[in-house]
Amino acid sequence: MKLDNAFMEFDVIGIDPSLINAFRRILISEVPTMAIEKVYISSNTSPLQDEILAHRLGLVPLKANARLFQRRLEGDSEGTDRDTLHFQLKIKCIKNVHVRYGHYRPEDLYINYEVFSSNIRWIPIGEQKNLYKESDIGPVYDDIMVAKLRPGLEIDVRMEAVKGIGRDHAKFSPVGTASYRLHPYINLLKDIEGEQADLLQSCFSPGVIGITHTDKAYVINARDDSCSRNIYLHEELNDKVVIGKLKDHYICK
Amino acid sequence: MTGDEESDDKSRTFVFTDEGHTLGNVLRAVITSYPEVTFCGYTVPHPAETKMHFRIQTSGPKAIDILMRGLKDLAQICDITLQKFDVRTHPGAGVQLSLSNTDSIY
Repeated sequence: MKLDNAFMEFDVIGIDPSLINAFRRILISEVPTMAIEKVYISSNTSPLQDEILAHRLGLVPLKANARLFQRRLEGDSEGTDRDTLHFQLKIKCIKNVHVRYGHYRPEDLYINYEVFSSNIRWIPIGEQKNLYKESDIGPVYDDIMVAKLRPGLEIDVRMEAVKGIGRDHAKFSPVGTASYRLHPYINLLKDIEGEQADLLQSCFSPGVIGITHTDKAYVINARDDSCSRNIYLHEELNDKVVIGKLKDHYICK
Repeated sequence: MTGDEESDDKSRTFVFTDEGHTLGNVLRAVITSYPEVTFCGYTVPHPAETKMHFRIQTSGPKAIDILMRGLKDLAQICDITLQKFDVRTHPGAGVQLSLSNTDSIY
């Protein structure tokens, strides 16, 4: 099993494919998260049109535990502190008056010429200030570029984030993707030695087939195999190798 | 469902609203494994409608009882799977996790 903040790979052995597929579908489209749903634009003189800017802001992943929030009722345009998070993005690009002679890169010439997700500020409403810490709410990643500006251009928007699920819009999906595959297996029926061992090794992904110091091929790690069928190109190997997939061993990503 | 009036309660089509392939396929897999079920299948008649039709025919028991049993068994399977997952991912479980940080962001 591999696991870190944004990635997980684990094995499930001995359950029905329909169940594992249901879990995959639920992960993608039914686990709720918070995402920006409404963008009120006071000023947008950036090169991005209002609707493109709003769409980009909607896709920014937010860290806010969706379990702590309710879904906003249909038809409710106001929202409460229990179902809505307010954010603000107010930034203006200006010339850098202290730029030194001979410096022409945009980061030398201008201030605030790139707008990042880190520029999005959370505005607590109602009881939220007492309930949540500043570090618990906001964009998951600080380095998502939202727009680029030039001197004089500005973005001034207010945003409302609500709870939703991936079926309504992909921005609410908590996963980049979720997938599973069957564990491959490679059985060597007869000893494969010498040149044939090299040929066998070249038929599989790197690190799948090893060769001993006596020039005999052996399986190091069938898991990493890409399940290509290159082995069938070589008739001399066909009766020595069986490849396939274990029917109830799933590798989930 | 229309057409069921004449058949007895051994065969029924149930209509689930707000459900689809996620529940349909897995519930079908659970219910077809029962020996007294002669037919079980599901369909989503139209992809734009969030409706799922679920058909059960049995050799004896009431179709609705089989449906209830199927749902309960499915819930139990999910509980067991979740419990096993929790045991294996628990930091103190003695499982080798190649992780830099156990804190989840969610």
